[in-house]
Amino acid sequence: MHKVLAISIIASMIAVGGAQAQSCHEGKTISAGKLTIATGNPAYYPWVLDDAPESGQGFEAAVAYALAGKMGFMQEDVIWTRTSFDQAIQPGAKDFDLNMQQFSITAQRDKVVDFSAPYYTAPMAVLVRGGDGLTADMATLKRLKWGVVATTTALPVVMEKIAPESPPLIYDDNVNVVEAMKAGQIDAALFDLPTALYLGAVVLEGGQVLGQFTADETKNPDHFGALMTEGNPLKECVDAALTEMKADGSLAAIEAQWLQEATGVPLIQ
Amino acid sequence: MVNRRQAYEAQQRRRSLSIAGISTALVLAAVVVLVPLAPGWPAVRASFFDASVFAETFPTLLQAFMIDVMIFAWSVPLILGLGLAIALARGARAPALFPLRIFGAVYVDVFRGVPVILTIYLIGFGIPGLGLPRPWNSPYIWGTVALVLTYSAYVAEVLRSGIESVHASQRNAAICLGLSERDTMRYVVLPQAIRRVVPANMNMLVALQKDVALLSFIGPVEILRQAGIYKSLLANFTPYLVAAVIFLMVTVPATRYADYLLNRDRDARS
Repeated sequence: MHKVLAISIIASMIAVGGAQAQSCHEGKTISAGKLTIATGNPAYYPWVLDDAPESGQGFEAAVAYALAGKMGFMQEDVIWTRTSFDQAIQPGAKDFDLNMQQFSITAQRDKVVDFSAPYYTAPMAVLVRGGDGLTADMATLKRLKWGVVATTTALPVVMEKIAPESPPLIYDDNVNVVEAMKAGQIDAALFDLPTALYLGAVVLEGGQVLGQFTADETKNPDHFGALMTEGNPLKECVDAALTEMKADGSLAAIEAQWLQEATGVPLIQ
Repeated sequence: MVNRRQAYEAQQRRRSLSIAGISTALVLAAVVVLVPLAPGWPAVRASFFDASVFAETFPTLLQAFMIDVMIFAWSVPLILGLGLAIALARGARAPALFPLRIFGAVYVDVFRGVPVILTIYLIGFGIPGLGLPRPWNSPYIWGTVALVLTYSAYVAEVLRSGIESVHASQRNAAICLGLSERDTMRYVVLPQAIRRVVPANMNMLVALQKDVALLSFIGPVEILRQAGIYKSLLANFTPYLVAAVIFLMVTVPATRYADYLLNRDRDARS
């Protein structure tokens, strides 16, 4: 009797839990029963493989599907769309529920849009070309000519932490930074570590990741969060799902799968 | 004394002024009343018209604008010089100089035909990529080269139209006086041609002043890029509005001056 009761209680708890997961997002997404997730155009390795998030290959694509699953969406209920940074922060109605493209959570951005709980904390890393004779210390870094992508939070880090002798040059995207490095216009660039590793290994011939800053050394470690419209009621469901993913280790497993080579880079003293 | 004709004209003028005033006021009122009624207005106002962001970013943006002014200042003499050279090359009559004419025509076709931003990208990243040592691979140098190439093509066409607008009788008269072809161009044709195209070239300079901002795409942190940095840090578009206001502070007087020159030129001819 007790056993039956216990089983039925557990069963009903599971049912209620399932029902809650089902109902949490109900009426809160832009198209009923579907979760629309935006990424960059193009989306870069290792965040999305081959610019094809539908495959679930790559860290952010994998997190997106795991997150959707935790929130009670089937795999086919996930719709992908593309936005620029500006489209993500401009006022007005958005055509996505979540936007995942390495958005760093900052207090100032948080006034305009909502961020989910962080799904990844990226150390900042220094990419150089032909780094022979360069050492990973501040005195060396100060002498280099820096390049940074404008829409990242790398610029404040360069200005405040490194404070180079000549002002950095600023570019629109990763490709332009790499191009400027090939043209010898800049010596070094600051990226989040996985991006720096990819650019150094695949895109930039002779590229090398000179070193990384530890998260605690940086005043604002770069927490990536999914971006949502300000006051989006979906936020609580996303945060609950992310908390669950952290607790059950599935987020760490995804990180280990897609960002595993992000270790073994020397720390900058 | 005011005669009846003058009184009538004064009345007509007052009438049209008041109609213009009322219609302008109505349009303004409609904009001021209707736009805030839009459901997204509070969000748009917060994103584009944030007074505190405006005040915070204005000084830095004004400072960044000086880089635009600098690039503009050293581009202008290069553009005028090269533009004149190309215009003269296109106008060369001697058969032996035919290759020069062809070169002029191709040059103008290419650099008027390619969007400025593409020229800036290709030259700003392409030529330094050949392995030039510092400081000769600077984006400032090659960005300026791209602007000069593009704008001298336009200016050359404007100058050429000016040269062709000088009546043939002027040349004939100069030849009768015994001037060489070179002196005819230098003392008779060019002074008149250049004066005629000053207003059109003023227009080109206003356009150039704005296009300097495109150099931000290859690295320099001038006003457009600085505004973009603020936009990204503050997640707010007001810095772009600040940049637009700063541009207008310079380009509106410049365009007014170009209009004034145009009108004076037209009045002098009529």
